[in-house]
Amino acid sequence: MKMIKNASTASKKAFINYGIVIVFFVVFQTLVSTGNITSALKGQLIPITCYMIMAISLNLVVGISGELSLGHAGFMSVGAFTAVIVSSLMDGASNPARLLVSIIVGAITAAIAGFLIGIPVLRLNGDYLAIVTLAFGEIIKNILNCLYVGIDDKGVHFAFNNPNALGMDPLGKVIINGPMGAVGISKIATFSGAVILLMVILIIIQNLVNSRTGRAIMAIRDNRIAAESMGLSPMKYKMLAFTVSASMAGAAGAVYALNYSTLVPKKFDFNTSILVLVFVVLGGIGNMTGSLIAAGVLVVLPELLRKFSDYRMLVYAIVLILVMLVTNNEKLKGKIDTFLKKFRMNISKGGRKK
Amino acid sequence: MKKKLLSLIMTGALVMAMTACGGSTGASGNSGSGATGNGELTGTLKLGVIGPLTGPAAIYGNAVANGAQIAVDEINALGTGFSIELNAQDDEHDAEKSVNAYHQLQDWGVQAIAGTVTTTPCIAVSAEANSDRVFMLTPSASATSVTDGKDNVFQLCFADPNQGSASAQYIADNNLATKVAVIYNNADAYSTGIYQTFKSKASELGLQIVSETTFTDDTTDFSVQVGDAQSNGAELVFLPIYYTPASLILQQASSAGYKPKFFGVDGMDGILTIEGFDTSLAEGVMLLTPFSADATDDLTANFVKAYNDKYGEVPSQFAADGYDCPYAIMAALKFYAGKNGGLDVTGMSAEKLCDILIKVFADPDFSVDGVTGLGMRWNSNGEVNKEPKAVVIQNGAYVGM
Repeated sequence: MKMIKNASTASKKAFINYGIVIVFFVVFQTLVSTGNITSALKGQLIPITCYMIMAISLNLVVGISGELSLGHAGFMSVGAFTAVIVSSLMDGASNPARLLVSIIVGAITAAIAGFLIGIPVLRLNGDYLAIVTLAFGEIIKNILNCLYVGIDDKGVHFAFNNPNALGMDPLGKVIINGPMGAVGISKIATFSGAVILLMVILIIIQNLVNSRTGRAIMAIRDNRIAAESMGLSPMKYKMLAFTVSASMAGAAGAVYALNYSTLVPKKFDFNTSILVLVFVVLGGIGNMTGSLIAAGVLVVLPELLRKFSDYRMLVYAIVLILVMLVTNNEKLKGKIDTFLKKFRMNISKGGRKK
Repeated sequence: MKKKLLSLIMTGALVMAMTACGGSTGASGNSGSGATGNGELTGTLKLGVIGPLTGPAAIYGNAVANGAQIAVDEINALGTGFSIELNAQDDEHDAEKSVNAYHQLQDWGVQAIAGTVTTTPCIAVSAEANSDRVFMLTPSASATSVTDGKDNVFQLCFADPNQGSASAQYIADNNLATKVAVIYNNADAYSTGIYQTFKSKASELGLQIVSETTFTDDTTDFSVQVGDAQSNGAELVFLPIYYTPASLILQQASSAGYKPKFFGVDGMDGILTIEGFDTSLAEGVMLLTPFSADATDDLTANFVKAYNDKYGEVPSQFAADGYDCPYAIMAALKFYAGKNGGLDVTGMSAEKLCDILIKVFADPDFSVDGVTGLGMRWNSNGEVNKEPKAVVIQNGAYVGM
């Protein structure tokens, strides 16, 4: 307790986030093991965790590095399809090992994609950068739409635009079939695995943000010229944030892919990128706690609204608008802040009495 | 500036979410109770439908849900002591949402599923249903991977390979053409699946494919594809695609002065109902489809009338598939009840019902007459066996060939 008290505000905030993840895991794991959970919610636990990872990783680019990226789903799909290939290659190994290796390879591939895309993209600024990331997201989707991958005794075969060019043994299996995507994926993702990944990524991001590198990234965001004059290389630090964020999206994609028995490139289109951006904006740009909560709430919300049947998505949109209005209302914000301050004072008073 | 762009995007996303809303479905509740005995089927079956009721593919999901609703209303009105409670859930044509919808239905206590409507979500849901042992009869998910290795999933529609090879067979058998062009959507599983089997069957039959061109979902200009088919002298253009792009291709071919034969598959069904489309352009278009709304048999006529009365439009093939699903499941349960001295389905577990239905559907003696085909039988892989009908558009109507 003393350690937490002496810690800086930044690490206090970090500990709050770890706490949220642990509570999230413990509560739902208990509900699952005691059978007190609806199957609707149970089925959503892994996707929720994946979207949380997506949200905090995008927040690294949008919030910390200050660049608006609209192609984040592209990196998720790179990780997802890589994970499908890796897990099919490791057929026979134990499931946790397959999951772990798939996540790692998926993250590495997405990081490479992020690095390559970052070279041209990060030379741009502001709106231009946003539009180019959007374009790259679509390019990744369209490349995956044309990609055919098969496995036989000789190894992995790749073909472009034509499944007949795979040149496989008759016994070989096509694992990624162009626009039809991957089918017959073995569902090896687990809730605990996903939460461990979320925890690891949260630790990496928060430590990165509070490190010398993180301060450099934020300095470049706040004033590029001043930062440059201090000897910081904007390209280097932006690239670092962008690549790390891409690899995390890849890891999230890997878990997501291994939770469903099928996966199509179309899933990772512009809409998915925007969905993740909505989590970040709604949770507060640069605010990891907000991203976690927003992702969780907004993924579950459409399912809770099913009783509105036809008007479901309309209600969802209205809820989004209301939340945006309320969270951006200065008066309300002020009231909440004074309330929180009072609350904190009471707690610290209580603490002193003891 | 960044904020402006962001707000613009957010507005766009919201507008998209809002326009994605439409259609009408409702669940009907009708309690039926009865005792088992003397080979009768009694009780209430909780039947779930999963399909895209909103979003870009909503037209298919709503057609299926509406068709199924009519069938359920008719079955409940029979008053035989057997009734069906229908619950249609939206999946927005997305695998993730579809699995969510499936879990929602499970919480509701679903006993069997008529769905899902579109292919990709169906593959995801069928894997879940297979491990949970819930019976699925999909009205329109046509890929083979829907049924592959899953004994609990059956298709009411033709599988993609059947459509592709049946089309090639039909073109070759009737000497429609020797030089064929194919225009397909390479971002769509349905279209690509049919194209692949069409191509292999065509080369087997000696049909010459002189032009193969592709497009994606957002394409509106087909001049390159049409021009390529024209310059390579294709006599017939095979369009394994949905009707919206097909209507554009017909328009652009006509304005380019190119008049080949056009041949489509079941996705082409509905081309005559597009608003603002000059149906004279579709004159002479041939398509393979299991259902034509102008057929004169009683079954079809009754269904078309009921559908028109309730929803004010001519049912598409998807509506017909949706209509046949509850009847097929009821027929299967009756078949079992007749052989085993009665069956009361109220409150029966999905696993138990799944075993019964698998046994009946795989039984070679079991066949169903529906609006999408007479004497439909299933093999143990879950694929349906029925005759495809080829129809040609004449004077703005589908006419059997």
